[in-house]
Amino acid sequence: MKRAIPWQAVVFLLPALLIYSVFSAFPLLDTLRLGLFATDETGAQHFAGLANFKLLLLDPQWSDGFWNAMWNNLKFFGIHMLVQNPIGLLLATLLSVRGLKWARTYRTLIFLPTLLSVVIVGFIWQLILSPLWGVGERLMDWVGLAEHFQPWLGEESSALITLSLISVWQFIGVPMMLIYAALLAVPEEVIDAAVVEGASSWRIFWEIKLPLIYPTLGLVTILTFVGNFNAFDLIYSVKGALAGPNYSTDILGSYFYRTFFGYQSQIGSPTMGAAVATMMFLVILCGVAIYFYAVQRKLQRYAL
Amino acid sequence: MSAGLLHAVLIAYTILALFPIALVIMNSLKSREAIFDDPLALPTAQTLSWIGYDKVLSKANVWLYFGNSSTVTVVSLFCIVLFGAMAAWALTEYKLRINRWLMLYLAFGIMVPIRLGTVSILSLMVKLELVNTLTALVLVYTAQSLPLAVMILSEFIQQIPKELKEAARCDGVGEFRIFFQIILPLIRPAVATVAVFTMIPVWNDLWFPLILAPSDQTQTITLGVQQFLGQFVTDWNAVLAALSLAVLPVLVLYMAFSRQLIKGLTSGAVK
Repeated sequence: MKRAIPWQAVVFLLPALLIYSVFSAFPLLDTLRLGLFATDETGAQHFAGLANFKLLLLDPQWSDGFWNAMWNNLKFFGIHMLVQNPIGLLLATLLSVRGLKWARTYRTLIFLPTLLSVVIVGFIWQLILSPLWGVGERLMDWVGLAEHFQPWLGEESSALITLSLISVWQFIGVPMMLIYAALLAVPEEVIDAAVVEGASSWRIFWEIKLPLIYPTLGLVTILTFVGNFNAFDLIYSVKGALAGPNYSTDILGSYFYRTFFGYQSQIGSPTMGAAVATMMFLVILCGVAIYFYAVQRKLQRYAL
Repeated sequence: MSAGLLHAVLIAYTILALFPIALVIMNSLKSREAIFDDPLALPTAQTLSWIGYDKVLSKANVWLYFGNSSTVTVVSLFCIVLFGAMAAWALTEYKLRINRWLMLYLAFGIMVPIRLGTVSILSLMVKLELVNTLTALVLVYTAQSLPLAVMILSEFIQQIPKELKEAARCDGVGEFRIFFQIILPLIRPAVATVAVFTMIPVWNDLWFPLILAPSDQTQTITLGVQQFLGQFVTDWNAVLAALSLAVLPVLVLYMAFSRQLIKGLTSGAVK
């Protein structure tokens, strides 16, 4: 570097870079390193190569839990993709209808749950779905479905789906807002031209608006992906660290927490915890990489 | 689609979004019998009762938890905005060769959740003797939000006309005064956007308070409510009041900032 760095630039950059490096970048890299170490009975750590990962992926004692969490996490993500994002798209499309009254009120109110703490949301839904209180049952009775009411959160077969739907309820505002903004940005001339040509609003949506917002849909997908594979709070506050019943709601976040801190008779291990975190890191990295190299690149070419 | 049907769908979804929150707040104001007899009824003169709030506000350390959450949120916000704006200014104003790399380095922090570094963060905090202090939380939240703040603020700073700072430099104004007296006031709308965006995840976080500061003195309101709900699970008045109290500050903030938030959310997405 020929020109000397102005000393003021260093002063401006220093606090941000220092805090970010020490408390974010370094711990992330150090966690990847720590995943290669093992802890013995005395608590001392020594280099173990890929042994932790072999345990995690192949040894039934660890791998059963890990693959269960991974599979549940995929389902969790799948439900968000199949329910949250299409409904978000629908709401955004309705909101962006030209001349719609109270559009601002609707979007403000629908976005509200997104701001609440997951702890609160989890508990509110626990109360609503609790057979003890009977709100859920009463509501279903209004439409004549009372006999179909089940304690969905308590049953192994339905707990994960119920939790996913609670999460969908809370976070639907995010895709809705992002897609809504993208729809508003679609140039009016394009739509007007199509209207003049006699295209139905159905065709305008599918053949003009939707392709134009593909980049936003891609962004929504990757945000959902990173968010879901990093989720923890909802499972922990509704189901505790054990992610019951019988681990049926265990996802990578809660599995990471248990590995790190231990539970019941199992002693927590920072190095195994780091190995789990590394796996989560790799999963997220793969998602982000696929998004950037496959999806986004194609989209840009499409846009041209 | 007819306007009537359109509104019907939107109203139906709005009710679905608001009903659970309304249900909890409504029942928090009722007597115990009324909560169970008819959960869907509004409180009336006979069923109105403040007993849940009385219990929560007197028993638990609610005020302390609120104070902790507020301290952590406000101090984090201050650091994020100040350090973020300083870095954004340096990265856009001084064309250094290393800038590209610094941007990439920060982009890494936007994509990878800081939670994955928890194992090392905890051992680092133990070494620094910061476990069970609010400082630990402030540092982590600042580190977590800085990358995005720098990105958003850089965008804004780039739009500031060159003439402004050139003129100031000609008058011999120092670099620091240029930043604090000219640039910072100009990017106030962007600062507001960053603040609103940062505030919500910090206020609502459960993970780091649980791991870094779980002691009774340093609990945040989110962690406090979580533990309170576990303890008082059979005392419905108290539970509902605790939930309502935890919702209210967010509701109030949302009323105050919803414009800014939605503007930030929608203008960020168009790009």
